[in-house]
Amino acid sequence: MFSYILRRIAQSVLVLFVVGLVAFAMFRFVGDPVETMLGQERTVEDIERLRENLGLNDPFFVQYANFLLRAAQGDLGISYRQGRPVAEIIAERLPATLELAAVSGAFALILGIVLGIFTAIRRNGFAANAIMTLSLIGVSLPTFLIGILLIYLFAVELSWLPSFGRGEVVQLGGWSTGFLTQSGLVALILPAITLGLYQMTLIMRLVRSEMLEVMRQDYIRFARARGLSQRAIHFRHALKNTLVPVITVTGLQLGSIIAFAIITETVFQWPGVGLLFINAIQFVDIPVMAAYLMLISVMFVGINLAVDLLYVAIDPRLRS
Amino acid sequence: MTDTPVTPPRSAPRSRLSMAWDSDVAHAFRRSPVAMISALVTILMVGAAICAPLIAPHDPFNPATLNLMNGFTPPGTPNMFTGESFFMGTDDQGRDVFSTILYGLRISLFVGFAAVGFAMVLGITLGLIAGYVGGLVETIIMRVADVQLTFPAILVAMLIFGVAKGITPPEYRNDVAIWVLIIAIGLSDWVQFARVVRGATMVEKSKEYVQAARLIGRSPGAIMLRHILPNVLSPVLVIATISLALAIIAEATLSFLGVGAPPTEPSLGTLIRIGQGFLFSGEWWILFFPACTLLILALAVNLLGDWLRDALNPRLR
Repeated sequence: MFSYILRRIAQSVLVLFVVGLVAFAMFRFVGDPVETMLGQERTVEDIERLRENLGLNDPFFVQYANFLLRAAQGDLGISYRQGRPVAEIIAERLPATLELAAVSGAFALILGIVLGIFTAIRRNGFAANAIMTLSLIGVSLPTFLIGILLIYLFAVELSWLPSFGRGEVVQLGGWSTGFLTQSGLVALILPAITLGLYQMTLIMRLVRSEMLEVMRQDYIRFARARGLSQRAIHFRHALKNTLVPVITVTGLQLGSIIAFAIITETVFQWPGVGLLFINAIQFVDIPVMAAYLMLISVMFVGINLAVDLLYVAIDPRLRS
Repeated sequence: MTDTPVTPPRSAPRSRLSMAWDSDVAHAFRRSPVAMISALVTILMVGAAICAPLIAPHDPFNPATLNLMNGFTPPGTPNMFTGESFFMGTDDQGRDVFSTILYGLRISLFVGFAAVGFAMVLGITLGLIAGYVGGLVETIIMRVADVQLTFPAILVAMLIFGVAKGITPPEYRNDVAIWVLIIAIGLSDWVQFARVVRGATMVEKSKEYVQAARLIGRSPGAIMLRHILPNVLSPVLVIATISLALAIIAEATLSFLGVGAPPTEPSLGTLIRIGQGFLFSGEWWILFFPACTLLILALAVNLLGDWLRDALNPRLR
């Protein structure tokens, strides 16, 4: 048990070091930093002095270690395009992405569980069948088309909701939030649905199949025989036992929500880190790309680790 | 193998064609209307893409055939200046939307097929080696696969595209963009193939025919390619079909985001990106028709993949 946790942590750290190596290689070998930093008029001495100052003459692993050390201290280099520290730009953009991810995650989880239970209980009803068919179509629609469709319906045709941006934001310390203004909340609706729809269908189908599986178990039949109400059986006995796989999948999907936010943010011009990353690729802004890679890896590896540990904590059978 | 018939009568030697017609998969195919329709749609789309220069009423990339006066002609109605009519309308530069879709389909399908082909070759090779050789080589290959699986494929493809863009000098970027796209999507997708092939290879490795081949002194390379590979191909076929749908959507997504096919060679995703700009001004057809084409194509290939998985897997039948 203890050795399992230790091994998982060691694995995660190793993955982070490998990702760090990839990011460092991008940083160091894609494009010449000296070329980028010095202008047209430069002498051989200038180049040599800058190389020495930047530590580019050190052995590879010394440079790699220095890179990781600086990254751990929050120094992620300077954006080629904006000429500002990357850490500063990311800190500015991160709240937008995290708020969007949190809202769409909550939307996916709540609606997914509710619809999953509904379709499992009313297995052969008309509404349940209609929801299942719709979810099949939803899964095969690419994310960006869902976004465009929603924009067309709710922003162009009905003009109920804004089609781009975050609306008004309020600064709370270093954190800009859209939760406190009406325009901020309204602006969240379409992007959050676009981003959460796929995860919602995934969770719904999972809850449904787990519920159907659990309802066949003996203890459910026993609960029926005891004369418990339908509601008590469905929610106290069946639902509780479907939650372990749901938590695992939701946790792992949290990572994909952050990754797929890139697409949603581009469709809705949402000023988060995903849009920053796409612009960085378009303009070959290597420091921003490397920083985004490291940031998202830390999130992914952290989420995976947390889910694995949570799994052990929730399911007593795994603790032996 | 599932596509060999139950002991054909020896007296009457039969052609490969009739054997294929009688196989399990062909029977299942003839009984499934969904499979037949999606196969038909896929073949039609591939055919239209290959014959695009013959079918397309206009060459959207030849400025000589374009007339700016034709810009924004709605579908089916004659243009108010030139009197010309386009059944899917025209875009802002007077290009026939139907023709751009045909040429876009060509690029989307080319990238899709090439990326899956690349992923397949890479995945099969690494999977065979990992499964057959084992040991440290296997550990390294499968660890890399595990780490890559932690990240969504689309993110991996974006990163590879970004790095490749950084390495190529700016003046060549447009020329190599399609190939970079193929490599990026292919590299993001090899893991599935490698995992399945490795698993199947480990099963096949312990069977008698492999031991017999080893006894008569065939080289490991020959055993992997000539003996094991043909026996692990049917799951590979299923993954390839499903991967094709994913690759087409991945290509469209990347091009839509502006990190894929260059504007000089627009794919379906690029066309949707262009069309999105006209959503608010009412020229819906510039967006609608490319989006529908992508949707129908992805759906058809997806359904075909689902059906193939069920047909080739006797346990599910």
